[in-house]
Amino acid sequence: MTDKIIKKDEINLVFAAEAGQGSDTISTILAKVFKDAGYNIFSTKEAMSRIRGGANSNDLRVSSSKICAGVWNIDVLIPLSANALDHVKDRISDNTLIFGEKEFISTRYCQKCKVRAVNFSGIAKEIGGIIYTNTVAAGFIMGLMNLDTIYLEELLKKRFAKKSEDIVNKNIEAAKRGYEKGKEFCKNENISIEIKRDETIKDQIIINGSTAVGMGCIAGGCNYVSSYPMSPSTGVLIFLAANGKEFDIIVEQAEDEIAAINMTLGAWYAGARGLATTSGGGYALMKEGISLAGMIETPVVIHLAQRPGPATGLPTRTEQGDLELALYAGHGEFPRVLYAPGDLQQAFYLSQKAFNIADKYQVPVTILTDQYILDSSYNVEEFDMSELSVDKYIIETNENYKRYEYTENGITPRGIPGFGKGLVGLDSDEHDEEGHITENLNTRVKMVDKRLKKYEALNDDIIPPELIGPENYKTLLLAWGTNLNIVKEAMQKLNKDDLAFLHYSQVWPLHPDTIKYLEKAEKVIMIENNATSQFAKLIRQQTGFTIQDKILKYNGHAFYVEELVEKISDLI
Amino acid sequence: MDINTYNMGDIDIAWCPGCGNFGILNIIKETLAALDIAPQSLVVASGIGQAPKTPHYFRTNYFNGLHGRSVSPAVAVKSVNPELTVIAEGGDGDMYGEGGNHFIHNIRRNPDITHIVHNNMVYGLTKGQASPTSRKGFVTPVQVNGVILEPFNPLAVAVSLDASFVARTFSGDKDHAVEILKQAISHKGYALVDIFQPCVTFNKVNTFKWFKDNTYYLDDSYDPEDRVEAFKKAIETEKFPLGVIYKNTQKPTFEDSLNVYQDSKEPVYKRKVERQKKLSKLMQSMK
Repeated sequence: MTDKIIKKDEINLVFAAEAGQGSDTISTILAKVFKDAGYNIFSTKEAMSRIRGGANSNDLRVSSSKICAGVWNIDVLIPLSANALDHVKDRISDNTLIFGEKEFISTRYCQKCKVRAVNFSGIAKEIGGIIYTNTVAAGFIMGLMNLDTIYLEELLKKRFAKKSEDIVNKNIEAAKRGYEKGKEFCKNENISIEIKRDETIKDQIIINGSTAVGMGCIAGGCNYVSSYPMSPSTGVLIFLAANGKEFDIIVEQAEDEIAAINMTLGAWYAGARGLATTSGGGYALMKEGISLAGMIETPVVIHLAQRPGPATGLPTRTEQGDLELALYAGHGEFPRVLYAPGDLQQAFYLSQKAFNIADKYQVPVTILTDQYILDSSYNVEEFDMSELSVDKYIIETNENYKRYEYTENGITPRGIPGFGKGLVGLDSDEHDEEGHITENLNTRVKMVDKRLKKYEALNDDIIPPELIGPENYKTLLLAWGTNLNIVKEAMQKLNKDDLAFLHYSQVWPLHPDTIKYLEKAEKVIMIENNATSQFAKLIRQQTGFTIQDKILKYNGHAFYVEELVEKISDLI
Repeated sequence: MDINTYNMGDIDIAWCPGCGNFGILNIIKETLAALDIAPQSLVVASGIGQAPKTPHYFRTNYFNGLHGRSVSPAVAVKSVNPELTVIAEGGDGDMYGEGGNHFIHNIRRNPDITHIVHNNMVYGLTKGQASPTSRKGFVTPVQVNGVILEPFNPLAVAVSLDASFVARTFSGDKDHAVEILKQAISHKGYALVDIFQPCVTFNKVNTFKWFKDNTYYLDDSYDPEDRVEAFKKAIETEKFPLGVIYKNTQKPTFEDSLNVYQDSKEPVYKRKVERQKKLSKLMQSMK
């Protein structure tokens, strides 16, 4: 008998395949099954920009403790196509178990790892066709994990409820046959996977970033969305479309992003709470509209789903390369707010907040996410909405209403057409208090001051950065947006008592305490998913503090936990 | 409604003396008065140029936004609050040049808005360059050898896309223009009104007299519901026909087709949605 192989506490499963072969489906099904069984799960994917062919992979991490980040090492690999193994070869180690059709597997990338042929499609054919291959594979994984197929059976029943009983039964049979194979392997090869289960997890939900943003928008009162499809932002549009009827949301696919932003502004003007969701290229097209929002002081919320640029870049990959785009988008000077949620909770709560803040200050609010968070999912507690409200700032106008009347804090109560006796006029030209074109240069100065004054009020609403780790740190890690959980886990693994992490979920306006945190540290390390460290530049511009040490990644992938551990270790 | 309802009193108007826009401003006011549309229930979306300044010169709600983009906020306003009367107004450069894509796709969308285009075949605000509707050979400081591009034909484009209402009138004939505009605003669906208008400063070719000499009125024998005939009219350039070129009253409007207005006609912005309750239910389904 071979040496016993024990995998404890957590396991990283990877499915690699050509596009359209169902590695997504298998990963999604298993994620749900594991969650129902009481495991923590984290799943993420990387894909080529194509509908069929190529090589993609889905990671499914299963753990006894809460996990919200991806890891590099592969514990179990299921290649589902001939090119799959090659696609993930760098991630294969001696500890990787590889299972698959014999023509898809090989020992060429590792000497010691177990590579075993399993005839998934052969079993599927015996049952009724190769269409059941993925279900056999899913069952196989459950056998490996020694997890009763009942969870999978229930899911398959639900999933195929609308199809024939025959299809349900064949899927269940496929799952069982796969399961037996998995068990058999564990027995024959002396493999044991021991991950503790927690029954309370099954009451949690599994969502991805797109759903979290979409639900947050709904919670914020979003009832209008106009957008042009662009990866990776489209998930939010699809989510809102799917739920449009239930939540009274007008959903319109615009002819281009220029129309999308101008329609969304029109919607806010008429009293709705609108969203435009896009990626870098679309946001670039919206710039003039964002400038317009600044001038006409009309609220607007934009979801900017980042992917690597410039230009078309890598359409299906991830990057944090559009901070400066969002910060400087639009000509002229006007206030704006930029949120950068770090995890699914923040994606939900900040998307919700974006609508209230936009309405309160009559400014454009951008929610910066990226492909990594939008396409990643894990189990979370249901969002607590008890403290949330949809704050509306629309007033009924009187006969003398002036849309841009000067006020103490620069914010003029916002009227909308058709509500009250007044008239509501907006103008993209410099305008007077009524909203009419002016070339009176004194008025110009007063209006610029009025608009910029809103920054003072906005400062009261800046979300402070979150300090994770000891107050008395020597080394301070810095990150913004979606690196939150990756850095957090790396920090846990490093386990140093003088290491802390400062995370920003609002990147503009920058919180005034920033400099205090930086000056306290002996060493500051910026971690960003871009090539030029845009946030470090912003911090230097705002505080004068130069961050010397940077860990930057811009190959289209998010950081892996082990990778960060290594890179941070090199610097401290 | 009294036409004075729309008057703003003593205001400084930025147009040149004798500009065709003055005529159009009066035509709009007269039309609104005849249709009894209160300034409070009207929204005029406009862009950039001389024509888009119009809503600054009469009492109305207005969204004077970006160059070429006014149809976009207009369609949004109408869908958020269908109780409002919505007009998008601008010039030939604004609507057919910069805003060409929105022109095309909003015909496809068929929102219940009126699209008024002041067409003087020249750029006024930027001082005399060619516009999309400038005739071939028209000499300007930029098109020094005369325009070589085929003129954009908005009517033919609109008819080809089966726009629900397509008309052309002339700022020099107030009665005709008011009548056309009344029909356009009353029409349920997208209505294009292309208004010929002289630019007294920058277009010395297509003058008041030129428009008089180069247009004719469609008579009662013309059937605007015949799309093939309408297309024939739309491509006439020897003399341009004035009147309702094409009408399709069978098309559902964009707003009426939206999911949100299937069970209720209440404007979306007024609705109370039980968001938290429904979101909780949605989250249950994600377990």
